[in-house]
This record gives sequence, C-alpha cells and structure tokens, in this order.
Amino acid sequence: MHSVSSSIAPTTHGADNLDDPGKNAGKLTTRRGPSLIQRSFGPAGHIWVHIVLCLYAVIALFPIALILINSVKSRQAIFDNPLAFPSVETFSLIGFHKVLSNTNFLLYFGNSLIVTLGSLLLIVLFGAMAGWALSEYKFRGNRLMTLFMAIGIMIPIRLGTVSILQLVVALDLINTRTALILVYTAQGLPLAVMILSEFIRQIPTELKDAARCDGVGEFKIFFQVILPLIRPAIATVAVFTMIPAWNDLWFPLILAPGDQTKTVTLGVQQFIGQYATDWNSVLAALSMAVIPILILYTLFSRQLIRGLTAGAVK
Amino acid sequence: MKTARPWHIVVFLAPAVIIYSLFSALPLLDTLRLGFYTANDAGVHSFVGLDNYRTILFDADWSTAFWNAMWNNVKFFCIHMLLQNPIGLLLATLFSLKGLRGARTYRTLIFLPTLLSVVIIGFIWQLIISPLWGVGEKLMTLVGLGDYFAPFLGQESTALFTLSLISVWQYIGIPMMLIYAALLAVPEEVLEAAHAEGASAMRIFWQIKLPLIWPTLGLVTILTFVANFNAFDLIYSVKGALAGPNYSSDLLGTFFYRTFFGYQAQVGSPTMGAAVATLMFLVILAGVGTYFYLVQRKLTRYEL
Repeated sequence: MHSVSSSIAPTTHGADNLDDPGKNAGKLTTRRGPSLIQRSFGPAGHIWVHIVLCLYAVIALFPIALILINSVKSRQAIFDNPLAFPSVETFSLIGFHKVLSNTNFLLYFGNSLIVTLGSLLLIVLFGAMAGWALSEYKFRGNRLMTLFMAIGIMIPIRLGTVSILQLVVALDLINTRTALILVYTAQGLPLAVMILSEFIRQIPTELKDAARCDGVGEFKIFFQVILPLIRPAIATVAVFTMIPAWNDLWFPLILAPGDQTKTVTLGVQQFIGQYATDWNSVLAALSMAVIPILILYTLFSRQLIRGLTAGAVK
Repeated sequence: MKTARPWHIVVFLAPAVIIYSLFSALPLLDTLRLGFYTANDAGVHSFVGLDNYRTILFDADWSTAFWNAMWNNVKFFCIHMLLQNPIGLLLATLFSLKGLRGARTYRTLIFLPTLLSVVIIGFIWQLIISPLWGVGEKLMTLVGLGDYFAPFLGQESTALFTLSLISVWQYIGIPMMLIYAALLAVPEEVLEAAHAEGASAMRIFWQIKLPLIWPTLGLVTILTFVANFNAFDLIYSVKGALAGPNYSSDLLGTFFYRTFFGYQAQVGSPTMGAAVATLMFLVILAGVGTYFYLVQRKLTRYEL
C-alpha cells in the first residue's frame, strides 16, 4: 500500500530529467565518437528499441484512428475501402447528424461533466480535510481510522451494489446525478485521503507553527495555509478519480439509467445497442465519445502523466 | 503531530468518513449480511443461513454457471498476467532507457487507449474484427494470416480469449506507467557504476533494475487481480448480460449482474445477488490478503 503515493515532489523532477534525451545522450556517445545512426537515434542499439516502440504505438493507435477516419465517410466508402482516408466524394457527416438528432448527446456529455467534476471537487475537499486530520493530529483511533479508509483502496465498491441500490432508492435519489456523485466520491476518497495525507505530511512544520504562534485557529490554518498548498497533488488525485468515474458503465446503468441523467458512457452503449446496423451512426457515436477525451489529452497529457507517475512511486 | 481539541478533528474527518461509510463501507457489510437472507414476493426478508451459498455452490444449474464464470475469470486473469504485465514491463523498460529520443511521445501515444472507456474500446474492436466489415480479415491477410481469420467474438472457443486480448490492449498503460515510475526511482549512481564496470544493458536490467522494482510488480499483480475479478463493462457492452455465445465469456461480474437483475425467464434476486457478491468479495479478499502477507514477509526479511 505504501507504493502508491509518497514523495511526490522528488519524482516529478526525476521524470523531467530523464525525459530530456539530449542531456544524457551525449555522455555515452562522445566517448566512442557518434555515428550518423547514433546522432539521429541516441546511443547505438536504440534503433531496435525505436522499432519495437513504433510498432507498439501503431498497434495502440490504429484502431482509434480507423474509427475516426471512417466516421466521416459515406456508408458505401466505409465498406468499399475502410483503410482509405475520406476524399471529397466519400466525405459525409451523416452519422454525426443522426447521432445528434436521435440522442441528447450534449445532455449526456453535460451529465458526465457534472458527475466527474462534482465528485472530484468533493473528493479533493473532503479528502484533504480527512488527510489533514489523520496526518496532523494525534488522537485515539487514528490508526484504526486510517486503516478503515485504506480498505476502500483495495475492495471494489461494486461489491456493495445490492445495498447501494437499496440505499439510493430509500433516499429517493434514483435517476439523479447526486447519487452518482456520492458513489464516485465514496469510491475515490480512500486513495485520495492517502495521497493527500502523504502530501500534507511533507509541508514544512514551520508554516503551521508560525500560524499557531500568531493564534490562528485550526480551521483557518487548514483553509488558508494548507489547502492552497496542496494544488500540485490535485493532478494526481484527479487522474485516479476522474478517469474511472467518467468511463464507468456499472453505476450509471444501475443508479441513473433515465434519459435525463445518462452519462456519455451509458448513452453511447445504449445508442450503439439500438443502432447496431447503422454503421455511420455507430462510428460517429464512438468518435464523439473519443474526440473530447483526445482534445483534453492533447492539452493535459503532460500534467496527467506526471500526476500518474508521481502518485505511483513508493 | 499536535494534540488538539477533538472537535476540530471530528469536523475535519466527518464529511469524508460519513460519505465513505454510507456509500461504500456499510453497503459492503450490508451485502455480506443480505447473503444470509431470502426475500418472499412481498419483499419480506427472512434469515436462511447458508442456503443461498448452498444453492450457488451445489445446485446443479447454479454451480455450473458459477464455476463456469469463476473458471473463465481465472483464465481472464492468467491472460492478463502473461501478456499485459510482461508487455507493460518491456515497454516501460524501453522508455526509461537513457538518452532515448522521443520517449515522452511514445509514452503519451501508447497510454491513450487506457484513458478511454472500456465500452468504447469494446465496440471499436467489435467493429474491427467483425466479418461484416472485413478490416480484421484484410489486415490478417496483409501479414499472411488470412486463413486463420474467424468470427472470433462469435465462437465459443475464442470469445473469451479475444475479449481478454482487447482488455489487455486497453489496460497495458497501467502496468506500463507504474513500472515506468518505479524505474525512474532507481538511483542514477547505481546504474552509472554498473555501466562503468562494463555491465551490459541486459545484465543491468536483470540484476539491478528488476530486483529493485519487485515491489511494483507485486502491486501491479494485485491491482490486475482486483480489476479482473471485478470486470464487467467490457463483456456487458460487447456480449450483453448473457456473456455469450453459450456463456463462454461469462465472468463473475456478469454472473453477479444476471443474478441480481434477472435475465430471460429467471427473476432477479437481490439476496442471491448479495450472496454472489460475497463470494466475489472472498475471492478478492483472499488475493489482497495473500499480497499483504507476502509484502509483509518480504519487508521483515529485508530489515533483518
């Protein structure tokens, strides 16, 4: 369990250094005199490394690219030549028109956004409060409480679905986004508490002690000193809580299948189930689910991967 | 640590503990309890002891379905362990080679599928290997394997394996990133010393890097285990709740769903569902327990 989190700051630096190929590459090659191959690929012997990685990158990206390319083609062209790029004659947006006119796609998208951002907000705020309490104060039951929260990291929340459904029905929250937000918050909190308490522990004691000497109350210390300082750890928490929540099919299917509260994942799943034979629509629906993620990933991949590696190192 | 008046602590802890208890911990406990009950048509629960478990494990129909799902799940997990984690390790090792150009680009590209929803990934692959579209067949012909093409998802003998491969393809990014992060933490001086002594890259990998990242490989194993024995989304979106053909791709997750909500002629039962969830819980608990037992032993041995 210790291997997730801890020492967030040092590893991010490490990642940056190793990522800069120029810095380390020279050392090895200059001794022997760099050949043309070495200059263009890094140290010799890296050519096969590039071949393997290129090959795997193609395997990883090809299926997604294939869907995107064919989503803007006419039905005829999709079947005649699936591997070709769309040309002027074969270009068609009919699939997208159908998806937009037959579903509330934008509504589903909004639902997914509200649910994931809502749970992220609660997870970060409540997770930081609990993480602060567990790492800062000595009290009876501290270890027990830490262990109680930690159990949720390993045991999947899905196993409690039967009772969660009963609870949600009893609270009259069925078919609401609130139900999903609460469940995803409960799902994300254990790991967030651990990551954040580990992070808060690294904040210099002097900061808090100085504030305490000035007679500042504990709440003010937390909200005005500590909370602004945890910003770097939010990326890590976001990666581990938002992606599973956005992609989840299980809880939207069970707790909020109504049309007004459907998330994108569930919406796409049901749309494709209905329109399985309409290839234009299916390809367009898949593309519409992929494109927003692609854009976000292009913008934030650095922060995302840094958050991921920072949270993973022992 | 500072000793403070307890009401501070209560206020700080309350929101997280209340939400976590109410929507995660208590439902889990309540599910374990419900497994010992049965409900009549009026919805009145009555205690039946181990009857539900007896039905699942020993009733002819139920036990066939349960053990089929369990056995499939074991295969599903083994395929992940044999493919996903070794390939993830290979890729991570290659990224972290010193002075590799474009390492960040490769890492970013290869991680992309992991970000997408299993539902999307499942459908994408379903289209690609669909005989109707023929892309899969075309590609296999291109590499000389055209004769081996078959409707992989529609055949009892290949459905589970194909779905496992799809899942491996998608989730390879997780072991890759965890192992990559661990490799970054290997002290630079150690590697440089080994290099100066003339150790080959292979030898550095086997004798220095690998032993240092054992704890991460352990973590990857247990995360794979928990995720696999809890898998549902991929099977449900590609093959539906019936996990066909003829239940050949049924996993514990889809079995749980069918038991809980019912399917075709069978009526769903929350209490039987709870019993199945309890069995899944026991499997996962056994895995997690073994992991912590081994980690604990490893740690104490290092300390000696």
